[in-house]
Amino acid sequence: MQYLVSVIDDKSNPGSTDRQPAISEFNDRLIAEGYWVFAGGLADTDAATVVDHRGEQAVISDGPFVESKEYLAGFWVWDVPDLDVALKLAAEASKVCDRKIEVRPFR
Amino acid sequence: MSDVEQAVTRVHRAEWARVVAALTRRFGDLDLAEEAAAEAFAIAVERWPADGVPPNPGAWLTTTANRKAIDRIRRENKRDDKHQEARMVYDDTPSEPSGAIDDDRLRLIFTCCHPALATQARVALTLRMVGGLTVPEIARAFLVRESALEQRITRAKAKIKAARIPYRVPSAEDLPARVSGVLTVLFLVFNEGYLATGPGTDPIRQELTAEAIRLTRLIHALLPDDGEVTGLLALMLLIEARRAARVSAGELVALGEQDRGTWDAALIAEGHRLVRERLAAGVAPGRYQILAAINAVHTSARDIRDTDWSQVVALYDQLVRVDASPVVALNRAIAVAELDGPEVALAAVDRLEEQLAGYHAYHATRADLLRRLARSAEARAAYGKAIELAGNTAEIANLTRRRNQLG
Repeated sequence: MQYLVSVIDDKSNPGSTDRQPAISEFNDRLIAEGYWVFAGGLADTDAATVVDHRGEQAVISDGPFVESKEYLAGFWVWDVPDLDVALKLAAEASKVCDRKIEVRPFR
Repeated sequence: MSDVEQAVTRVHRAEWARVVAALTRRFGDLDLAEEAAAEAFAIAVERWPADGVPPNPGAWLTTTANRKAIDRIRRENKRDDKHQEARMVYDDTPSEPSGAIDDDRLRLIFTCCHPALATQARVALTLRMVGGLTVPEIARAFLVRESALEQRITRAKAKIKAARIPYRVPSAEDLPARVSGVLTVLFLVFNEGYLATGPGTDPIRQELTAEAIRLTRLIHALLPDDGEVTGLLALMLLIEARRAARVSAGELVALGEQDRGTWDAALIAEGHRLVRERLAAGVAPGRYQILAAINAVHTSARDIRDTDWSQVVALYDQLVRVDASPVVALNRAIAVAELDGPEVALAAVDRLEEQLAGYHAYHATRADLLRRLARSAEARAAYGKAIELAGNTAEIANLTRRRNQLG
């Protein structure tokens, strides 16, 4: 069962910026234990561009598609047996990243 | 009610959770388990009056429900791979045992009370899947529309399936944290019965307190060594023991004014026995055990004047150390009033204003202390605020009479 594990940062109360070594260590463990599928950190929302081609013409606009205090800072894809395993790892991930984590199953 | 009807009701109470839990384990689907169990009970209601109650009603129901579930799978899976169907139908091996205790009903309870579900959904799902209450019964108990409740239960079941909430008793290391979530759900159900909210309901909903006690007894039987489970059961029994004395002529009766002769001696004895059992265990108690001990002190006194208030305050001090919430501080202050006088208590209560300004019991407590200090005008205002915020009809009646009695 695969889960999208999103790292949620908060513009008004951002997490600490020195987490990379701890995250790398955590990632090594995820790989060793066979849960790792994919992961990526995302650039700031300022770097986002939105493309909308639902109409006649593709419209390209600057900025993220939703202006919110909380935003997606990065994510993992984990392959774990059930939600309890995912939640346990997510609790560690939240501590390691110093940020909130959302766990959401793939359909 | 005929003998057979009574038997069906009794069997429903005793066997519903077992049937649903066994089917959930076998088919891995809460919806299917619930529908098949409901069908089996419907067939029992139809057949038992003519055929008689079978010698082992639980086994009869499980077999019937299993057949109904298989029928349903056959109907709904017509286009599915025959191989998959055969596996579902004939694979009777129990799923791998995991977690500290291996009991279907316990798994069902932990699934329904999973922390990934919203609290209201946990309450509704537990009452439906474990308690066997119908959707209209639960909707009436919690004053929500049936359609809204149905939706809440459906969403929770869908989340269990989609997010893959496991049907499993948590591992030994996770057990204490997860049990506490289960106890929260049961205590919520009990409290809604004990001090029911809303103008249209009885002030005490006995069917809810009874259901909460029944489910807590079930957990206690499944986890006999868990101190907090024992503590919560003792707490509920000691509160339930006072039920008959709690409301008189539609008005809530304060502890000090209750007719102690109407307290249920058997429930008190059982509650006291459980509290002593926990004391003998010699393990640091959690909040339910301490609350049970406080209620044991109250129910030991034949008269309010015999209450050992210093013991009650000492227990509240202990409770503050495990649960430093303002509500605990408020209840401690009520006991302090008996020991050190209303003036000392009022000073402690006033310090809680910021946190408890929206809580009726804060204003009711203040009103009572101000009345005892003969500060009538302030007491009247505090009663007014408490009446405004209270949701229980009998409590509102009591507060209103006290306000109107002020000189």
